Parts: sequence; structure tokens; C-alpha cells
Amino acid sequence: MHELMITESLLEIALRHAREAQAGRITDLYLVIGELSSVIDESVQFYWDIICEGTLAEGATLHFRRIPAAMACQECSETYDPKVDLTCPTCGSSNVRIVSGQEFYLEAIDVNTEEAAPSASTYSGAVA
Amino acid sequence: MSQRITVVEKILGANEQLAAANRCLLDKAAVFSLNLMASPGAGKTSLIEQTLEALGGRYKVAAVDGDVATSIDADRAAAAGAHAVQINTGGECHLDAVMLSQALAQIDLDATDLLIVENVGNLICPANFQLGTHCSVLIASVPEGDDKPYKYPGMYQGVDALVINKVDLLPYVEFDMDYFRRGVEALNPGLISFSLSCRTGEGLSEWTAWIAQQVERQTEVE
Repeated sequence: MHELMITESLLEIALRHAREAQAGRITDLYLVIGELSSVIDESVQFYWDIICEGTLAEGATLHFRRIPAAMACQECSETYDPKVDLTCPTCGSSNVRIVSGQEFYLEAIDVNTEEAAPSASTYSGAVA
Repeated sequence: MSQRITVVEKILGANEQLAAANRCLLDKAAVFSLNLMASPGAGKTSLIEQTLEALGGRYKVAAVDGDVATSIDADRAAAAGAHAVQINTGGECHLDAVMLSQALAQIDLDATDLLIVENVGNLICPANFQLGTHCSVLIASVPEGDDKPYKYPGMYQGVDALVINKVDLLPYVEFDMDYFRRGVEALNPGLISFSLSCRTGEGLSEWTAWIAQQVERQTEVE
């Protein structure tokens, strides 16, 4: 439901890094999304196709790297997928920690440095 | 020529920076602030009303109410004695740090001891957006069922306190408290929790005593 805002934030971060590198175009974005972060790929993609238009990132491909959720038992050291139950499947303890699945960041972008960077006015139009 | 640029930047980083600015404002004015989150109907507004009544004017309280539409909640908080600000999110499913900073601008923070933010009723999205408040409180209610920690781990995992509301309904609905608490403990070990009923008043005094303690502590810091 909040993917529009997230996608706008994603675009803003990508454009900022591309500008710093004086890149002409962004071709690919590499996102890391943990399974527990409640962000839906299809929804981000849907908004992306709309908001990237007219920017340096127009037509750029989104790559989603999903990190599965994992919990670790602090009693018996078992690491497990918490889909079935949250408590440890081996010893039944609820002294457990989430060890992965909460990630949500932009890892890298691919840019094309050959194409000349558009003028400043294009940038401001793109960001707005 | 193609080039890869390493970014490694949290996508909600901008929100988190603004949340930190909100926190600064609140700390400077020695306001203790709560972010109440829950599913619709769990009793967020009722808890605000009961808390204000129990505190009986001891503190100056401001309430920020986030809803998709209407000012029903802000009206209720105002009737209970709070300086209330309504935020209509216009369809957004959560409050974010920008919305709270706009609401804070409408509040005299120096004349406020306690700020209660009532987030949009939703167990998913509000967990992702920090506001800058001191304490995130999740209100679970008995009729929702005992499986909610298992279904909404993100929400249960990220909060600082838990209120279990409507405990007066325990004899009438299927709610396995042990199963519920096991899930909570797995996600958020040692989480402080308050079992209460806004309707009967059972358990409310422990909750309000805790709130009062937090407010006093924040005032002392100043």
C-alpha cells in the first residue's frame, strides 16, 4: 500500500548517486528486500514504470534480491525459517532472534557514462 | 561505458532523518511521545480517552490522530481534554515523519508534557515508518485473535510496549494467551506488556502509572 512513497524514495536515491557520478543514464537498479519488510515487488515495479518516465532512470530495470526470513534459537543455535512457527522447531524455546529478512535497501545502480548528462533544468524537472 | 555504482542506502533513510529531527524537537521541549499502532477497532482512541481521564489533567497532553478520512478520533481526543490535531492521510496507510513534523508545527510543544500519536489503523505499514516518537506502543485486542504476532511479525518485533486490550472478553472468545505470548516473546524478548480493558477499566492503572513514570523521566532530563 505504501509502495508509491517507497518507489519515489528509491528514484530519489538513484538519481542522486547518478548525478554525483555525472552519469548520463541509469540502466539498472539492484534492490535488496527482506521477506519481513512487507514490500511487494510487483507493486514497486508498477509505480516504477510510471515515475521513472522523463528521468535519467527512464526504462531502467529493477532487480530484486529477496532475502528469506531466518530466525536463530539462542538456546540450541538452530537456524530456521519462521513460516510455520516463531518458536524454535528443535527445542521449542522462544528465546530466539530474527537474523535476516528485514533488509530493505538499494545496493547498487548501473549507469551509462557515455551519454552526456542532461542539463540542470532536465534534472529539476525529473526530480519534481 | 557502463559503470556500477555501489549505493547501499536504506530506502527509507530520508524518513528516518526527519524522524530524528522530530525526536530532537520533542526532546528539546521535554515532551514524552508515544506512537500508538494497532489494527482498526483495537481501541486506540478508547485508550487515549481512558488514559487522559485517568491522568486527570496532571499533564498537558497533545494528540495527533492519523486517519484516512474524518476527524472523529481527534474530536474524541479533544473532548477528553487533549489538544488534538487531525491528520487526514488521504489514502496513505500509515503516518510518516513528514506528516508528524507538520502536525508538530501546530502544537505548542513547550506547553506540552505528553504527545500521543494515534497512527492509522493497520498492522503492516506503520511498522516501516519511524516517526521520531520515544515509544512505539502496539495495542492488540483479544477479539482479533491470538495468532497476530505470527501473522504480523514486523509490527510485533518493532515496538517498545504492548497493550492487550479487551481482556474482559477473554471468557467469550477463543484466545490462547500462552500461544499469543510465546509469539510475542520470540519476536520481541522481554517486551513490557499491559493487559487491560478500556471498557471495564481493569488493568488501566498499571498502564497509566507507567505513562506517568515516562513523562516524569522525560521532564527530569530537561
